[in-house]
Amino acid sequence: MIRLFNENRYERDAVSTPPNEGEIVSSLASVANRLPRISNEVQASGADLEARGVHAWFGSRHVLADVNLSFPAGRVTALIGPSGCGKSTFLRTLNRMHEFVPSAAMAGEVLLDGVDIYKQGTDVTKIRLKIGMVFQKPNPFPSMTIGENVLSGLKLAQIKRSNKEDLMEECLTRAGLWNEVKDRLNSHGGSLSGGQQQRLCIARALAVAPEVLLMDEPCSSLDPGSTLRIEETIRQLSQSVIVVIVTHNMQQAARVSDYTGFFLTEGGPGRLIEYAPTREIFSRPKDERTEAYVTGRFG
Amino acid sequence: MANGSLLDEQAPPLPREITTQPRFSDRVFRLVITAGGFTSLLVLGLIAAFLAYRGLEVFRTFGYHFITNYKWDGGNPDAGVKPSLGIGAMLIGTIVISLVALAIALPVSVGASLFLTYYVPNFLRKPLTILVDLMAAIPSVVYGLWGFFVLMPHAVYWAKLLHKYLGWIPVFDVPLPIFERSPFIAGLVLAVMIIPIITAISREVFTQVPLDRVQAAYALGATRWSMIRAVVLPFGSSGIAGGAMLGLGRAMGETVAVYLVLNLAYKANFHILFSSGGSIASMIVNKFGEASPFELKGLMAAGLVLFAITLLVNYLANLIVRRTARTGR
Repeated sequence: MIRLFNENRYERDAVSTPPNEGEIVSSLASVANRLPRISNEVQASGADLEARGVHAWFGSRHVLADVNLSFPAGRVTALIGPSGCGKSTFLRTLNRMHEFVPSAAMAGEVLLDGVDIYKQGTDVTKIRLKIGMVFQKPNPFPSMTIGENVLSGLKLAQIKRSNKEDLMEECLTRAGLWNEVKDRLNSHGGSLSGGQQQRLCIARALAVAPEVLLMDEPCSSLDPGSTLRIEETIRQLSQSVIVVIVTHNMQQAARVSDYTGFFLTEGGPGRLIEYAPTREIFSRPKDERTEAYVTGRFG
Repeated sequence: MANGSLLDEQAPPLPREITTQPRFSDRVFRLVITAGGFTSLLVLGLIAAFLAYRGLEVFRTFGYHFITNYKWDGGNPDAGVKPSLGIGAMLIGTIVISLVALAIALPVSVGASLFLTYYVPNFLRKPLTILVDLMAAIPSVVYGLWGFFVLMPHAVYWAKLLHKYLGWIPVFDVPLPIFERSPFIAGLVLAVMIIPIITAISREVFTQVPLDRVQAAYALGATRWSMIRAVVLPFGSSGIAGGAMLGLGRAMGETVAVYLVLNLAYKANFHILFSSGGSIASMIVNKFGEASPFELKGLMAAGLVLFAITLLVNYLANLIVRRTARTGR
């Protein structure tokens, strides 16, 4: 099924003259419609993440304004928008990675199961245990073996756990990597291909049993084959974990997400322009700016 | 191709010689830097040759006993006493005080550089870094005087404490309760002197730790300390080792400061708290003024040995850096 959509993208890439926007809208809509859906009633993990009135600054530069979004359990949410629209920044406010930039500031609330993760007296390391993250560039720890990489989160967060072997296998299986690496768990993480490294990073993120997995353009440095594998992985994960994925690839958003949020900056800070089921965003967006973006007129 | 069949049977052409005609300015620049490069090599070679030439007679007279013999006796031609020269005690002493210095300086330096890279408040980072670098600018004789007049009285107290509670470990034992001018104190002064070097190099390495790995660790719920252990130290280990070896090299060659705070004795002493130690460099300074011509040759030979050891340490440093660089990253 997913392979079909990928071919679809090749078709689009092969078109030498820009197709008219109607064609693209209908092609994206058909992609979205043909996707296997996980019904939103499946509340697998029971966790729930919500952003309320989130603003973000770098120094005096206001980069994100008043974002309200909720991410219920069992749902994959894609965040799309042109470069510099604040979607990655928003993602990083969700697990407090934003504050690593020295001049960064934020306002608003991010509620995980109803509790503000920015509340005074919060241990930020516990927040990041519950809200994991996969980065744009695969970043396994090069000094560790594949197996150690998977379990590195336990060591880093000083979690004791027995039957580590089982956990390792389970996480690698969920990340769709087990069969490729089961015979060389003791070789170094750097010996894998880029796509395998990224799946290793996903397995690593899963090992600490997060409730939410944030993915910041996880496929942007990967080839189409690896991208597909990771998208399959995301679909499977969505049954147990809340997934929020930032992507530049609209086809990808259409393929993997249930809901899509469109971010845009018009000179000032980035804002959430529209948030709706992915199907609607790509077939009948309410905002004309969304339509312009998903049809490729800008961005 | 028209006569492709003919071409097929021909042997492939010889590779062309690829040349470029450098500009005049480029040639001048090349000459200048080549001269610079060879000058340093030449100086190194000439020093080694000079030491070897002047010390040859001593090496020939004593053979390997020059290294293993503890006694340094200039002899007395009038009384018919033949000179007997050996730097064994000084060699051991040099290694002992350098290792003491390294053992103290390494944790302090790594801690300092971690602090300066990951923990220090932003407004303090620059001034503190400059301060640490400035430590390297203090002349060694000042360190020696400070060590003698300021540090030693306190260090003797610490030495007594160490002896009292850890005396059952052989290196902390003393044959006699004399704690002044011991290898421990010399090592302490040397440690202060090599801290800036090791700190600067470790800090340099720590700032190069790839940010994506740091973030990966934090995103997995790492505390700062566990992030440092999992990411920064494995990445920086080669740099730390290299810095430590450079520091060790400097500690071995240090002369004046050690001369002021160490009681030179021609005995092998592994009790670091006891007032008896050795240092080739300090011994050379000590003997230089009153040496007979033959003794002077012995001092040159001692210099050559020291030179060879520091060269070896630097070579080992290089080896370690390269090996860890291959596997550690």
